[in-house]
Amino acid sequence: MEKQRNFDFGKIILFILGGIFIGVANGLFGGGGGMLCVPLLLFAGLQNKKAQATAILLMTPISIASVAIYYSNGFIDWNIAWYVMAGSILGGLLGAFILKKFSNITLQYIFAILVLVAGIRMII
Amino acid sequence: MWYWFLIAGLFGGICGGMGLGGGTLLIPILTILLSVDQHLAQGLNLLVFVPTGIVALIIHAKNKLLDYKMCLFVAIPALASAIICSIYVKDIKGELLGKIFGGFLIMIAVYELIVAIKTSVEKHKSKNEYKFII
Repeated sequence: MEKQRNFDFGKIILFILGGIFIGVANGLFGGGGGMLCVPLLLFAGLQNKKAQATAILLMTPISIASVAIYYSNGFIDWNIAWYVMAGSILGGLLGAFILKKFSNITLQYIFAILVLVAGIRMII
Repeated sequence: MWYWFLIAGLFGGICGGMGLGGGTLLIPILTILLSVDQHLAQGLNLLVFVPTGIVALIIHAKNKLLDYKMCLFVAIPALASAIICSIYVKDIKGELLGKIFGGFLIMIAVYELIVAIKTSVEKHKSKNEYKFII
């Protein structure tokens, strides 16, 4: 890990491959790119907080491009979009507040199990 | 019915605000619990992320948490593949897309569980000075 910040060839290949997967998740699933982005950035040597912030930096323009194409294909339902958006912004503030109050690891377990249940339910 | 969508957004937002990845839960909540079509749920998640992401970026930039050097090599291929996938996602039927997404969720969940277990083990280790052999 001494060469953390040097851009060697292997690392560039990894970034490009990782980038392709992140884009596929974003375009194909409309989300989850950030979940791939954070581990990639951690592996590249970024600290936890920086990796999460930089993941948002990457995902925002990519999401703007994807949402424009989704919109042109008629996949945006404005009737419900406003409600979900209002809830989400409020929830985002609330989430940042909760994060300061509770232990992160318990939340991580709860989240992982919820995602697992949702995943299984969607396949069945 | 509108309040259910508000609550769904609220829940997704809470997860996102805690850095847990809001979309991974918002999409299944919309499709499983509120019977939104898979494509529409995905479009909603993308749309909702944009304003939240911009606000978060402003805060993170102020706190100097953004690493621009890392971005370019990831951003260009990511943007290209996102555009291609967004264009062709309409050709996949909603039901099949939901199942592929379900598989993706399971992979994420397994990864998150491994990370959580590793973190707990390390915490335990540093507290008790036990040596764990994994």
